[in-house]
Amino acid sequence: MAILDVQHLTVDFALDDGGTLRAVDDTSFTIDSGEVLGLVGESGSGKSVTALSIMRLLDSQADITAGRILFDGEDLATKSEAEMRTIRGQRISMIFQEPMTSLNPAYTVGDQVSEVFRHHLHMGFGESKQRAIEMFERVKIPRPKDTYGKFPHEFSGGMRQRVMIAIALACGPDLLIADEPTTALDVTIQAQVLSVIQDLQHDMGLALLFISHDLEVVAQMCDKVAVMYGARLMEVGESTSLFTGPRHPYTDGLLRSIPRRGQPLTPIAGTIFDLRSPPDGCRFHPRCPYAEDRCRRETPELRALEPAGDGRLAACHFPLAGVGAKA
Amino acid sequence: MLIRYSLRRLLETIPTLFIISVIVFSLVLLIPGDRVLVMLGYSGGDIADVISKEVYAAMEIRLGVNDPIPLQYARWLGRALQGDLGTSPLHAIPVMDIILARLPATIYLALASIILGTLVAIPLGVAAAVKQNTWVDHLANGVVLFGLVTPGFWVALMLVLLFGVYLGWLPTFGYTAPQDDFVEFLRHITLPTIVLGLDFAANVIRFIRTDFIEQMREDYVRTARAKGLSERLVIWKHIFKNSMLATVTVLGFDISRLMGGSTIIESIFAYPGISFLLLQSIFNRDFATVQGVVIFIALMVVFMNYLADILYALLNPRIRYE
Amino acid sequence: MSEAVAVPAPPQLPSSYVAAWRTIRGIIANDRKAQIGAAILAGSIIVAIIGPYIAPHDVEEPNVAIRLTGPTLSNIMGTDHLGRDLFSRIISGLTVSLLVATGAVLIAVVIGVPLGAFAGYQGGWVDTIIMRIMDAIIAMPGRLLAIALVAAVGPSVGALWVAISFSSVPRYARLIRGGVLAQREREYVEAARAIGESSGSTLLRYVLPNAMAPVVVQITLNFPSAITAEASLSFLGLGLVPPTISWGQMLSGAQDYLEVAPWLAIFPGLALTLLIMGFVLLGDALRDHLDPRYHGRRRARKRAAA
Repeated sequence: MAILDVQHLTVDFALDDGGTLRAVDDTSFTIDSGEVLGLVGESGSGKSVTALSIMRLLDSQADITAGRILFDGEDLATKSEAEMRTIRGQRISMIFQEPMTSLNPAYTVGDQVSEVFRHHLHMGFGESKQRAIEMFERVKIPRPKDTYGKFPHEFSGGMRQRVMIAIALACGPDLLIADEPTTALDVTIQAQVLSVIQDLQHDMGLALLFISHDLEVVAQMCDKVAVMYGARLMEVGESTSLFTGPRHPYTDGLLRSIPRRGQPLTPIAGTIFDLRSPPDGCRFHPRCPYAEDRCRRETPELRALEPAGDGRLAACHFPLAGVGAKA
Repeated sequence: MLIRYSLRRLLETIPTLFIISVIVFSLVLLIPGDRVLVMLGYSGGDIADVISKEVYAAMEIRLGVNDPIPLQYARWLGRALQGDLGTSPLHAIPVMDIILARLPATIYLALASIILGTLVAIPLGVAAAVKQNTWVDHLANGVVLFGLVTPGFWVALMLVLLFGVYLGWLPTFGYTAPQDDFVEFLRHITLPTIVLGLDFAANVIRFIRTDFIEQMREDYVRTARAKGLSERLVIWKHIFKNSMLATVTVLGFDISRLMGGSTIIESIFAYPGISFLLLQSIFNRDFATVQGVVIFIALMVVFMNYLADILYALLNPRIRYE
Repeated sequence: MSEAVAVPAPPQLPSSYVAAWRTIRGIIANDRKAQIGAAILAGSIIVAIIGPYIAPHDVEEPNVAIRLTGPTLSNIMGTDHLGRDLFSRIISGLTVSLLVATGAVLIAVVIGVPLGAFAGYQGGWVDTIIMRIMDAIIAMPGRLLAIALVAAVGPSVGALWVAISFSSVPRYARLIRGGVLAQREREYVEAARAIGESSGSTLLRYVLPNAMAPVVVQITLNFPSAITAEASLSFLGLGLVPPTISWGQMLSGAQDYLEVAPWLAIFPGLALTLLIMGFVLLGDALRDHLDPRYHGRRRARKRAAA
């Protein structure tokens, strides 16, 4: 059963000049309990805004203008701020891209973890400290007891991200949103932090929304993948089959732009459009090598593709064949 | 670690103190006329009428006016370091004693102004930042603009006019020591405190508001919200501590401004602190006391700035171990 | 060229003086606060210049018959203890106030700018000593120093200029030194040096145009403190003395007649406040637009929207 069911999510930003910008457009996907969904796309494609919409932590000039965000059957989009506060940090948690700035520099890391226990589970200081130290152990921070009283600036980026994970998982949430959690880290540290996330996801049976632009990391971490381009979903499917046989030309292009041995590297031609003035029809058509007249006129809906049953969805009038693609 | 940092910062204030002492010492050299006579408070007429040969000779030796200037400076500094700021010819008692007698009144006024200013500034500054473009923000902006554009001594005059002349609620001059009559003390200190406190508050509100708005955009605030914390905790725990850390650093500077502004305010309210003493001494041409008071206040201000630095290090985990 | 100093600006040519001026004009054209400030200042300057011609009464002529009368049609702000017209005297005080403040600010700029540039270009111990002295001056309460200085040399316009400008010199020195240090890192200065340009010339061609905006902000915000300082000193009897007319001196005299003639205390203070407000509003608006922190905030917002 889906723990998270996002239906037709649409988010608009009010711009300073009075105009609006649609950062997420008619986006739908689901995540089952214990499932890992990767959300991939270039920067500015709407991944982070989608995540922040689920948390209801959007900036004041952003607004969810349509759609529903069903979490455990209840629509988060219509919840009051007070109701959201009981959900955030307790049932849905989030970790962010910038480990260096995401922790409060003025408080010890121990306080920042134990605070969650005190706030949500109403524990006293002694008990919350004990639990915080346990969390430090679970995210494999060396010398968890000494760690408690230290300040964020005394740690490296990797360690800080572990502290963030400890904060996020403290109350045993149902869903974790990880927004580019390792992008800012060195490659070796990246692998360690990913394995911590992976282990805890498995142990705790977490549903995980894993946002990244790194396709290899997504392939390694995720059961299912959703590909986003210019505020809309282009393709959704099982991780293994999607990576071996992309059906949407954009996914295909993304995969071709990863350096691989023995294959020529072919970046997608052109650049992403300005979100303030999206192209008519399919948003990818100006860069798509297969675009035809219909693509310029009609916006393709995200729909199930033949052969039915494998759950693959794509928003394309002329989807690729899949395994052993056209080009 | 903190002790070592404190000591290092203390050592760093030495060049500043040295330069300040040179400036203050030089002031006396600028006064036209025979310096022995100047320091004896003499201002025209026949010398023999007012000053005996013996007194003149004693002063000549003390000042060593015939020695090279650097030597005179060194001698003056040496005495000052031992707490000897000379003797007031007018009162015939050590300048230090006069200063110390007047000091409590000034400290009470400064403390009262800082307390009043802070009590007004922190809630108003934070509220203005959190509720931008609401009536609280406009009120805060109004207080800031008022503090910036109205000269303190004019506000003082207007308060005298309102509370003293028209309403007759509060005394407009003088001072009563708190140990003598606390209520009278409060009544006397109220008007000068309002003037200095509002000026102080205006600067602090402006700083807190700007800093708070910047802090609210920091990533750690998003993390705190993602934890599901209430807005009250996000603001008054997470942002507040960071913002206060930044504010402490400007407080030192504002206290310096406060001391500068208090000269005129003490004089309007005939409030007998050291700033008023300075002015009285200027009009009495008691330059020994003038020099003493100026160096004393300057030292106090440098010390306040130093304390603000140490306080900042004490509160800020990032700087403590550097 | 050093990688550490991130300076985004493209090479700027001497025409950037014009560009800086255009930026400032643009701000005044678009910002309400700046407009009000600029309007107050323009009005003040005009009144200060044509003051003697528009003043309804002679500023010195006593008229005991109407002494200490409140505002009337003939004396719209009332009269003082000698029956002199307050309005005419306030206009005359405006000229004096602006002259003293302008002189003090000008002195601070003329000393501070070359001093900061010298420190920046020399570097080493010369720089250290100059900036230490600047730090020490900043650490002292400026108003107190001014009082002590005027007390020592006696009241005169010259003494006021020096006393008031003294504590603002470090602000300009710091600004320009910072500009020199940043500029020295830039590639095109290296290039300019290579073709034998002197440091004085690079200062004029590259450093000053870039530092012009912050210096203009500093000047605008320096005026209120200079005006207040002159008024304060004159109020204390340490500034301008009669027959020169100063608002501070008028307010000082008003203390004796607070009960019978409150207008003597109210109007000069309002005039003082209005003039200061002109500078504060304009300076604040300029700083809001030219301060890099302001741009930082805008960027942060754009990033959040992406």
